[in-house]
Amino acid sequence: MALPTYASTGQTVWYYAFRVICGLIFFFLIFPILTIIPLSFNALPYFTFTPEMLRLDPAGYSLEHYKDFFNNPDWQGALWNSVRIAPVATLLSVAFGTLAAIGLSQSHVPFRGAIMAILISPMIVPLIISAAGMYFFYSRIGLQGTYWGVVLAHAALGIPFVIITVTATMVGFDKSLTRASANLGANPVRTFFKVQMPLILPGVISGGLFAFITSFDEVVVVIFVGSAGQKTLPWQMFTGLREQISPTILAVATILVVISICLLTVVELLRRRSERLRGMSPG
Amino acid sequence: MTDATANPEGPILSADGVPLKRSLSRALRRQKLRALALIAPLLIFVILTFIAPIADMLFRSVENSIVPETIPATAAALGEWDETSGQAPGEPVFRALYEDLKVAVEEKTHTRLGSRLNYEMTGASSLFRKTGRRVDRMDESAPLKEQFLDIDKGWGDIEFWQGVKRFSGDYTAGYFLGAADLKDGPDGIESKPESQQIYMLLFQRTLILSVTITVACLLVGYPIAFLLATLPLRTSNMLLILVLLPFWTSLLVRTSAWKVLLQQQGVINDILVYIGLVADNARLELINNATGTIIAMTHILLPFMILPLFSVMKTIPITYVRAAKSLGATDWTAFWRVYFPQSVPGIGAGAILCFILSIGYYITPELVGGTTGTFISNRIAYHISSSLNWGLAAALGCILLAVVLVLYWLYDRIVGIDNVKLG
Repeated sequence: MALPTYASTGQTVWYYAFRVICGLIFFFLIFPILTIIPLSFNALPYFTFTPEMLRLDPAGYSLEHYKDFFNNPDWQGALWNSVRIAPVATLLSVAFGTLAAIGLSQSHVPFRGAIMAILISPMIVPLIISAAGMYFFYSRIGLQGTYWGVVLAHAALGIPFVIITVTATMVGFDKSLTRASANLGANPVRTFFKVQMPLILPGVISGGLFAFITSFDEVVVVIFVGSAGQKTLPWQMFTGLREQISPTILAVATILVVISICLLTVVELLRRRSERLRGMSPG
Repeated sequence: MTDATANPEGPILSADGVPLKRSLSRALRRQKLRALALIAPLLIFVILTFIAPIADMLFRSVENSIVPETIPATAAALGEWDETSGQAPGEPVFRALYEDLKVAVEEKTHTRLGSRLNYEMTGASSLFRKTGRRVDRMDESAPLKEQFLDIDKGWGDIEFWQGVKRFSGDYTAGYFLGAADLKDGPDGIESKPESQQIYMLLFQRTLILSVTITVACLLVGYPIAFLLATLPLRTSNMLLILVLLPFWTSLLVRTSAWKVLLQQQGVINDILVYIGLVADNARLELINNATGTIIAMTHILLPFMILPLFSVMKTIPITYVRAAKSLGATDWTAFWRVYFPQSVPGIGAGAILCFILSIGYYITPELVGGTTGTFISNRIAYHISSSLNWGLAAALGCILLAVVLVLYWLYDRIVGIDNVKLG
């Protein structure tokens, strides 16, 4: 709401005060993330700005911590494990999730509410409870401490995100298109890949990105379900933060922030595209 | 309708001569089956990888098979002992115990039984260990009761035997009682000694901190959501990115950022000292206590408050406020009587979501909470990985799960799970 020309002094003051408050809150939201970026280039192993850094003296900055990240076998092993686990878990959640989301958006689904509640539950149940249950159950069936145990657990955690985004996309899907395709002689599989899939693809991709970030970021379940051989990047960060906090963590954090900025950009672009296609965006 | 006129008596027929009603219901059934067939793989997957583990945890919280499995004969023999007689069990029970222990010591399961009973009766663990070391030196032909009593007087303790009898069933409520700071003592259920009551305190603290965090999120998030909803779409889309960036940033990154910023020698204290608000020798303790948990968790959960609030506020026409003002309302009245009531659904959605998420949080309290800012989930993790009292961990988990499910149900009633929006 713009300030009208007839506003009284009190209203003007409040108008700008409100903007300042909002500015402060935005600052609160963003500054912890932004502060760690310059701190990660600190030449000394401290967690605060050194006088050299404040003077913008190049000697105060270095790539020391980044070098450590790329040379330390612990961190490299963790990175490799994360890269090995997250895509497979994402693939599983997307494949199962998309199929189910298509099923769920049919007009007549028996027990829809109950099924939806079960499928969304991994997102609602606290992670520590999921982790405890999976730890007990997976050790019974011999999956605890294995690669596949972690992948299955992460796939289960990613499924609600895929279901939510894909069903949301399906709402705008014109069902007469599948009928038209069938009418023209395509079988259901061909209809799915040639007609339905291209149209719901933005939803599927953003669901997949959510599932990916869930797995890539996840630490509670992997600590319990995994063993030392499945140590992922967040797990390594968690141990680092709890035991001997080293500035390398800040370098890793900065790299992860850059990755999340990339993911966020992709999701935003997809969302805008799909809104534009459906004529819901201002352009 | 031609079919109906051709056959006025019979049902309406479809083109292939089948009654229309049956043909329609068959088509509907086929449609339902197809939908189910599409959902089935995922449903089975989630049930196997997620629901079964949760069910296993529920089962573990009441399971007690270790006692009847390790000392089966003793458990049976105790059935004939009258625990109200005021006398320790007689020779048959001790003979059964001797036979059971011989097997248990060979399989090294007696120490596990000892630690299980130790949760209920202090001293049981050392009793079983001590006896286990000597059981093969006992004389089978002589009366065994005296020999057991020679090893440890504890075997003559009536309360101990009453305890063993109480916990010799396949199922037990002991873990749940333990989680509620109660115990199943000789005189029925009683509360534990004051010094051992920690779980009620922890549940209480979890609730208080979660409410504080939720309220903080609401207070901080409401102005932002309001601003985003009233600004022109282009500007609000730009600003929304500032909300979404923390949402997409790794949880560990945000927690480590706070850990670094809030330290006594960290950036925030440095700034406060530089401004002169705080003396250099009286730097604030912002981390490893409840303050640290509240600050970091408010930051982490804020997007979950702002996004639902924003999506509700977007639909409130700002013209209503203008109309109220043109009818003579002050700015405050227009907001409080017209705008605010319409934003209540958003507040409900955001608050429940924040509360559900915060009540089960583990990572952030573990890293920045110290000892006074930890939640019940940290205790669950401790019992799984350090104290190995899995039954108690499962019971605590069940209580937490029950709370969350009630809130989830509420959320479903108020918002609907279908309406959950991401970004």
